[in-house]
Amino acid sequence: MMRGWSAVFYREMLILRRRLWRLALSMSVSPLLYLLAFGFALGKAAGFEGRTYLEFLVPGLAAMSSMTQAWSIASEINIARFYYKIFEEIQAAPVSAAGYVLGETLAGVVRALMAVGLILGLARLFGVHLEAGPLLWAGVFLNAFLFAALAVAMAMLVKSHADQSMISSLVITPMAFLGGTFFPLDRLPQWAAATLSLLPLTHAARAVRRAAFGQPGDPLDFLLLAGLGLAAFLLAWACVRRARD
Amino acid sequence: MIALHDLRKEYSGREALRGVSFEIAGGEIFALLGPNGAGKTTTIRILSGLTRADGGSVVLDGRDAFLDPLWARSRCGLVAQTINLDQDLTVAENLEIHGRLFGLDRIRRREQTARLLDYVELADRRDTPVRQLSGGMKRRVTIARSLMHEPGVLLLDEPTVGLDPNIRRRIWALIKRIQADGAAVLLTTHYIEEAEYLAGRVAFLDQGQLKAVDTPANLMRPFGQWAFDPLHDETRETVFFEEREAANEYAAGQTGAFMVRRVNLEDAFRAMTGRGME
Repeated sequence: MMRGWSAVFYREMLILRRRLWRLALSMSVSPLLYLLAFGFALGKAAGFEGRTYLEFLVPGLAAMSSMTQAWSIASEINIARFYYKIFEEIQAAPVSAAGYVLGETLAGVVRALMAVGLILGLARLFGVHLEAGPLLWAGVFLNAFLFAALAVAMAMLVKSHADQSMISSLVITPMAFLGGTFFPLDRLPQWAAATLSLLPLTHAARAVRRAAFGQPGDPLDFLLLAGLGLAAFLLAWACVRRARD
Repeated sequence: MIALHDLRKEYSGREALRGVSFEIAGGEIFALLGPNGAGKTTTIRILSGLTRADGGSVVLDGRDAFLDPLWARSRCGLVAQTINLDQDLTVAENLEIHGRLFGLDRIRRREQTARLLDYVELADRRDTPVRQLSGGMKRRVTIARSLMHEPGVLLLDEPTVGLDPNIRRRIWALIKRIQADGAAVLLTTHYIEEAEYLAGRVAFLDQGQLKAVDTPANLMRPFGQWAFDPLHDETRETVFFEEREAANEYAAGQTGAFMVRRVNLEDAFRAMTGRGME
């Protein structure tokens, strides 16, 4: 059923290894700017629930980056599909649609884990020490799996790089800012908080933040991310099957 | 052995294939000739599993390819028209990925990579990033890659398009070797001389329909050996002759630009379809 997933994953890892330093650099820029801007500009003036703003921000950045880096696998797929035509090579191989989705999704997850590792490392340089235990990584994994699978589906649906970029601007960028990354949703009007709690990133940010603060996780956050991840995987599977024509 | 029966495909109401049937035996090179839009690439895409047929069947080594598409794909090798290699990766890495995609174990991948890079005379480029290779070398890598899993059927979609004549001849020699090793080879091409040189049999495909299937010699036989070809003049027709002397004698009485040349497959194609290959 998942035939060929390891070959698809291996290919992405070879490409990742080839671009490792460039990628690590690009993954570090945004979080570093956020840490500098919010860390130095706001300093200790702002804070929530007895924590500094940086302590609040870093888990949100981790959740956000796990989303954006997992989502970026769509660009890799589109380069392979529209520019190098590698997707045809994979389609002509005895690789099942589910195997392809799993391989690409896990590649997206690896990128996300790398990005979160970098953020936590950078945060330490800014004096932010958080608990990076299994619950934090589970939240990151589930969030990355969900958005990587969505990225595979999206990559199959778009007709060009421009379409891809437009979808990112319309969906991912607003979610990055509104999904509980930069501010606590309970300070918003009730209707706004309720609306934003529908976003998967809101649950990912909450799960990662609680884990990072050493608080017990809410099973609902993890179950929701896992359920949406499964739905996204099935959607991607259907899109890959459809892409054969 | 591969057999296509009544293959049909439609794109947005336009019939790309209208009941195409033919067979290719192991050790045979079979060429599909036709102008752009004739259905050559659609045929290759269906055989390689890139596109679903709307009707008909493909039987591969006695099994229905549409009923077991993953198995069918594992028996076919595809050299696509475009150079679809990972440009940032090395030659060996591209072959390694293909071997993994086709489920080859580690030892077999290593053996096949070494053997095939020798086969296409690129052993010294094993660790060179594909980006640094010439067009002809890249084409040879795609051919080596398609042979990694030792396919029984090799599908070559315009394998020499855009290559200079010297490189094209090297690729031809390679295709002949693959044929000698027993694979059934399906070749699509625009180049008349390529089909004449390589193919044991040629099919004329026009607007999704097969117009003729035969050996190049049999397809050209009705037209004799030599042709008087009036150049740049649509109002005058090509005239065919059995003997060169007769063609020259006819040409001596003609005015304007013309050439006396050997009859080729395009003459046969034009006679059967009323159109050229362009």
